[in-house]
Amino acid sequence: MHKIESKNINFYYGETQALHDVSLSMKENTVTALIGPSGCGKSTYLRLLNRMNDLIDNTKLTGTILIEGEDIYAKNTNVDDLRKNVGMVFQKPNPFPKSIYENVAYGLKVNGITDKKIIEERVITSIEQVALWGEVKDKLKKSAFELSGGQQQRLCIARALAIQPSILLMDEPTSALDPISTSKIEELIYELKNKYTIVIVTHNMQQAGRVSDTTAFFYMGELIEYDKTKTIFTKPSQKQTEDYITGRFG
Amino acid sequence: MLSSAATSITVVLIVFFLFIEGAGVFTKKPIEEGFLLVVHSTNPIQKLEPSQVKDIFDQKITNWKQLGGKNEPIVLFRTEDITEFYSDEELGENFEHFPAKIDEYVSKTPGVIAFFSDKYKAKNFHGKELEINKIKIFEFLSGEEWFPTAQPIAQMGVKALIYGTLWVSFGAILLALPIGLAAAIYLSEIARKRTRNILKPLIELLAGIPSVVYGFFGLVVIVPLIQNVFGLPVGETGLAGSIVLAIMALPTIITISEDAMRTTPRAMKEASLALGASHWQTIYKVVIPYSASGITAGAILGIGRAIGETMAVLMVTGNAAIIPHTLLAPLRTIPATIAAELGEAANGGLHYQSLFALGCILFLITFCINMMVEFVTNRNSHKKH
Repeated sequence: MHKIESKNINFYYGETQALHDVSLSMKENTVTALIGPSGCGKSTYLRLLNRMNDLIDNTKLTGTILIEGEDIYAKNTNVDDLRKNVGMVFQKPNPFPKSIYENVAYGLKVNGITDKKIIEERVITSIEQVALWGEVKDKLKKSAFELSGGQQQRLCIARALAIQPSILLMDEPTSALDPISTSKIEELIYELKNKYTIVIVTHNMQQAGRVSDTTAFFYMGELIEYDKTKTIFTKPSQKQTEDYITGRFG
Repeated sequence: MLSSAATSITVVLIVFFLFIEGAGVFTKKPIEEGFLLVVHSTNPIQKLEPSQVKDIFDQKITNWKQLGGKNEPIVLFRTEDITEFYSDEELGENFEHFPAKIDEYVSKTPGVIAFFSDKYKAKNFHGKELEINKIKIFEFLSGEEWFPTAQPIAQMGVKALIYGTLWVSFGAILLALPIGLAAAIYLSEIARKRTRNILKPLIELLAGIPSVVYGFFGLVVIVPLIQNVFGLPVGETGLAGSIVLAIMALPTIITISEDAMRTTPRAMKEASLALGASHWQTIYKVVIPYSASGITAGAILGIGRAIGETMAVLMVTGNAAIIPHTLLAPLRTIPATIAAELGEAANGGLHYQSLFALGCILFLITFCINMMVEFVTNRNSHKKH
């Protein structure tokens, strides 16, 4: 069984159709990269997986998305629980204007965990998971804004991991970061793969090649090709994919 | 540049004028000009505080020894009392013997304290004029009685008025803040775009209604309502004022808080929701803390409007200058006092100047409030970046 299964997804912003009949499935504990030029629908697709697009007025979805076999757009789905299981890291680091500790503890607190010991334990584990512990252990009470961009982004990943999701969505997580921070995050993704199913949207072709097991190429709201990353980058079956990867457009 | 300089100069001049006039109250004696307070020539008392004079005439002090004088009961004498001691013939047809008779009465009554116009002062007067101290700032602020035209001594205690102002404003903010906050949350986070586009201009329109209309509404609707609900003899109470002011402060609080809430970055809200927080948790834990400075600014500006409001309060609070102990008692605010009394006060007189001093107090209160807004907004904008 696939961890994430989407069938015949059509998605509309008002009158504009952003996704055309996309069917895409992902296995557990793999990294899937979504690539394609701007406006191709890859971020839209990603945000469907934790129902983030619900926040936008006047949208319409047809088709089904199953996560762990459950239809996440069914009427009886608890969106808050879904988002707890499907964590998300955003394009720009977006820590809360709170302390480093409080940032990571936030997700635990809103999910009803009140035991201070458990919270502290999970905060520390999560920060260790993103290899940030050594850098922040002496300033947990300081504002998260005092960290560098790369550190902030790793903190945001730690924040997402703290509530123990099984799926992690990453929307261009390194696009606002310098190369060193980027490589740290990529290493992290590689390590997290053992425990989490990761879907990552990226503009950076090399990054997709480095971190992902499978790659999906989107163009104009359609899924053009979906295959093993190696195959996509060495012998793509579609002309458009090849043109994009070799940099002829996009 | 020029216009801002002109504005600043005007503001400074207004404030300067206000304080010059207001300070005059502390340079004058609180006894009406042309009147005298006189005691027997053997009385050792030279000077009295305004409050002591008041206590004497209220018969709270009945013996000179309470003031450090001789053991002698105090005998009050006002001009009109003269007819009790002398017949009309003795006073003369045109009261030409009036001064002499007053002199005579004062001379033969050792415990006397007499209050009369100086035109009745005999040429070789045998009594002794009392010195009255000027009003002190502390007495002005802490005095509980406001009878600026009382005889023989004007009572200039503004404590009741300050309390009245603060009571009404505090009550107003207590009512307006929860309602305003709820409305702001609804508008910024819950209402659909179309609903908001209709509601927001309507709420802003509320700010444009003249305050006398609010006062009228309060007088016709709220005052009778309070009277019936609480079974009071009169409905004109501090509560009525608070309700009317709360309604008036609402547009300020709602618009400013809503604007602040809408500046919460989408990234913050999404971060919270993506962590499994519910919509309400996100509002409570992200949106409100993020816009706390804006909400505080809105609330304080709302109070500022409430404190300075004149007309509506004047119409519904009953205007009794007594220290209110509950919100269900009539009270009187500083602006209402100025508005009601300035027309009757003699230009340049003590009463007139005391109203200006009230204006100074009001100015200082609102000034502090505006400084607080500055402080709060600055501190928070610093925190965010």
